[in-house]
Amino acid sequence: MKVSLNKKILDKNEECAMQNRAFFAENNIVCINVISSPGSGKTTILSRTILDTKKEIKIGVVEGDIKTDTDAEKIRTTGAPAIQIETKGACHLSAEQVEKALSAIPAKELDIIFIENVGNLVCPSSFDLGEKKRVVVLSVPEGDDKPTKYPGTFAKADVILINKMDLIDYIDFDLDKVLSEINRLNPGADIFQISATRGDGLDEWYNWLKSVK
Amino acid sequence: MHETVVAQSVFETILEHANKLGKRPVSAKMSCGQLNPINDEVMNFAFEAATNGTVCEGMRLVIEHIPLKAKCNECSEVFDFDIYAGGCVKCKSTDIKFEPDAPLLLEEIEFQDKE
Repeated sequence: MKVSLNKKILDKNEECAMQNRAFFAENNIVCINVISSPGSGKTTILSRTILDTKKEIKIGVVEGDIKTDTDAEKIRTTGAPAIQIETKGACHLSAEQVEKALSAIPAKELDIIFIENVGNLVCPSSFDLGEKKRVVVLSVPEGDDKPTKYPGTFAKADVILINKMDLIDYIDFDLDKVLSEINRLNPGADIFQISATRGDGLDEWYNWLKSVK
Repeated sequence: MHETVVAQSVFETILEHANKLGKRPVSAKMSCGQLNPINDEVMNFAFEAATNGTVCEGMRLVIEHIPLKAKCNECSEVFDFDIYAGGCVKCKSTDIKFEPDAPLLLEEIEFQDKE
């Protein structure tokens, strides 16, 4: 005998993501899921963004890492609330983990909550966390082949930040190739070329944040 | 895609139905879209690991990959979008409108009729 189900396989995660989404909407919070490889500069971008936009945007951060509290500590030095989720081996965050973490920060007082996902260009892109926008960071030293190699992740982003642009003169990185690859996969994405350490291109990124807040 | 999580979820659902019906599952069919793709080899390995030593051990898992439908805004061609090739298959334009990608579904389970 055959039993027909048509059951969504990740429905537990999706249900929880929908609850998170409703919570964010009710409280006028814009949740942004940030995905990238390890070492692309996510935490540095977020720290700088918090400091530079402090007067206009109240930001909080949910940090995901396999182990350590390092990133949340770094965010807290900016004065913004941050909570660390240790996934203990899991390569992505789930909506349920985010839901639990939200009670540990004063979420309702915030304009934007960033979720810094586990550094990984594969798995996090398949798990909806209830975010309104998704940002993918690609840093110059990672190489210009990343959009081609991880098309699913780049295809689902609202914004792509090309970080560490201050290093572009020293590294064999074909910017035109990257831009055309992203455009091919995801013609609607906003692309900002930035350097979070030197400050290049950040105003455009901040203007985008203010426009979605 | 994280196949181990998917395999575990598929296994749990099948086991739940098998226990309810008191029957042995022989095969299951699942499907996925192009933006949450499943690697068949990894999925089958993870599913084998998840079902090992249970009533589901040895059952067959069929994975169907559903194309992502797209329409070219330049030449109006309707086609299956290949995320590894990209662009319109006819005029190569990247000005494309997408249909929603297929969700990750467990479509059906087949059970053994006789013990």
